[in-house]
Amino acid sequence: MENLKEKLKVEIIELLNLEEMTPADIANDEILFGEGLGLDSIDALELIVLLEKNYKLKIENPEEGKKIFRSINTIAEFIESKQ
Amino acid sequence: MNIYPVADNIISPMGFDTDQNFNTAMAGGTGIKAIEDNTISPNAFYGAKINNAPELSQFTFLENLFIKSISDGLGQVGGLDMSRTILVVSSTKGNIDLMDAKKAKLFGNRIELHAMAQAISDHFGFRHSPVVVSNACISGVSAMLTAQNLIQMGQYDHAIVTGGDILSEFTVSGFQSLMAISDEPCTPYDANRKGITLGEAVGTILISNNKNTGQPTVEMMGGGQSNDANHISGPSRTGEGLKLAVEKSFKQAGVNASDIDYINAHGTATLYNDEMEAVAFDRLDLLKVPTNSLKGYFGHTLGAAGIIESIMTIKQLVAGQLLVSKGFDELGVTKPLNVVKKQQALVNARLALKTVSGFGGCNAAIIFKKL
Amino acid sequence: MNLEIISYSSITSHSASSNGETITENLTDAPFAEFSKSIYKKLEVPYPKFFKMDELSKLAFLAGEIVLKEIDTANWNGEKVAIILGNKNSSLSSDQKHYESFKDRDNYFPSPAIFVYTLPNIMMGELCIRHKIKGENSVFIQEKFDAQFLYDYVQHLFEAEAYEYCITGWADYLPNNYEAHLFLIRKSSGEDKHPSFSENFKQLIR
Repeated sequence: MENLKEKLKVEIIELLNLEEMTPADIANDEILFGEGLGLDSIDALELIVLLEKNYKLKIENPEEGKKIFRSINTIAEFIESKQ
Repeated sequence: MNIYPVADNIISPMGFDTDQNFNTAMAGGTGIKAIEDNTISPNAFYGAKINNAPELSQFTFLENLFIKSISDGLGQVGGLDMSRTILVVSSTKGNIDLMDAKKAKLFGNRIELHAMAQAISDHFGFRHSPVVVSNACISGVSAMLTAQNLIQMGQYDHAIVTGGDILSEFTVSGFQSLMAISDEPCTPYDANRKGITLGEAVGTILISNNKNTGQPTVEMMGGGQSNDANHISGPSRTGEGLKLAVEKSFKQAGVNASDIDYINAHGTATLYNDEMEAVAFDRLDLLKVPTNSLKGYFGHTLGAAGIIESIMTIKQLVAGQLLVSKGFDELGVTKPLNVVKKQQALVNARLALKTVSGFGGCNAAIIFKKL
Repeated sequence: MNLEIISYSSITSHSASSNGETITENLTDAPFAEFSKSIYKKLEVPYPKFFKMDELSKLAFLAGEIVLKEIDTANWNGEKVAIILGNKNSSLSSDQKHYESFKDRDNYFPSPAIFVYTLPNIMMGELCIRHKIKGENSVFIQEKFDAQFLYDYVQHLFEAEAYEYCITGWADYLPNNYEAHLFLIRKSSGEDKHPSFSENFKQLIR
């Protein structure tokens, strides 16, 4: 699980062009959207593509995505629960 | 200076001229249907696609449609003084199907919008280099307002304003990735709306400062353009930008909200666009005015939308008949927008407002007055 | 109406300049990704969203930072500001990226973050967000920079609508061939402090 979380951080930093951030800058429970890391709606859609491309997991409904993408913890839990 | 639309054409799956399109829509028809075409999308989807074999092999599919549409428009007026006429082209993606290298070989650099416009212009032997506007989904109205400006500047007396985009894998895959495409025909303003339906269309409107150029039925009173300064793809929550564009159009036309008899809105059927419009119209005190979206007939036709929907706005205003806002059943925005649910007569109407909004945060509005 | 050029900026693959004075040069012939980042650093703009933009938007954004350097855009009246630009290749570079993402059916992953940049007007949207600009923004696609057209259009815009400022000029991006030349135009104060729009616009482009 910890490995997965680190991997997710690296992937997210690269995918969302979070320039000058390192995995160490993102806490596992940090809120990713709005306050916190400040991601927006397009980032959320990119994360959906990420899950599909790298983890073969499909999210059909963006509303569902909101809960899953709350933090690194919740994304990792979602991936684990599906595997 | 007064400016008049004097001729027009719409090419869509509903027909190859304005009347065919208007009559089909009045009879309850639509251009939207299920499309299974692996060259556009790996999965079946709803869209509006024109069935037309290109007649001129030296031109692309889209250029053929432009040429057909402009020819029809020009045929409705006597010989224009071409030294005083400008072609204004509106498109978001133009010949985007030429991304395919095999296709591109046949048509040189005409994936570039200016080259596409020049090829069309050269076909007709127009004297002046065309002006090309590419302002996302507001391009059509932008192009009409640009044409108005060019005439008011005294450089031209007439403008042929033409707009079009094709239904392509490029846009379908992109809007799908944004999860913006409805799995049913789009239902603007409805409680169960699920997103847009993409469409393919070309439209042409000729405008002139000379009333005798054709038999105009309306006057183009002016318009306005604005930006939300909020987000590049998400509509503003406050409707501020659209409100500003409409207010500018009122100012230019010398009218007030209470003068408006009919609104043809953008109504894409995404959750946020339709809600944004309702909020803006509430703030503008326009909620009581009968309002429809034509996306249920044409789909979202991008660079054509502002032009073909303006033409249909004029047709409805002049016919005194409003089209049903197709797909609408139960109000799904937070303000009581007066969405046209049943075909209704528009008695003693004078003024119609057409609005559009698009990616990049842009908005535009234009006003027509019945003569 | 007499208009004047308050400031102008240029970015090419060789250098970035402000009012004709070089800010930074691309001495190593670095690709755009690197060179644009070095300009961004040099300008000391705290705007992480910059890194999410496509190249055309980055180019226009940086040229915008330079041309608006002296203006307190957080407090100006954005409704009275317009952007009117010329461009040749639309969003072709992003179009190409989007195309690569969907043309292979076995590797079909269109990216929303790329697709939203496949329109030439998005660069103006980014400028509007950054500088609270709420007036008209139009981009005209031209074979080459048509200064006369833009001059006439902007001149008319000031006369027909009560704009206080307009950013006009050219921004075009291809991977190995890009340039932006932006001009901030304002109603002339009559003080002869700034070059006049009518006399200088076309010459300055070189």
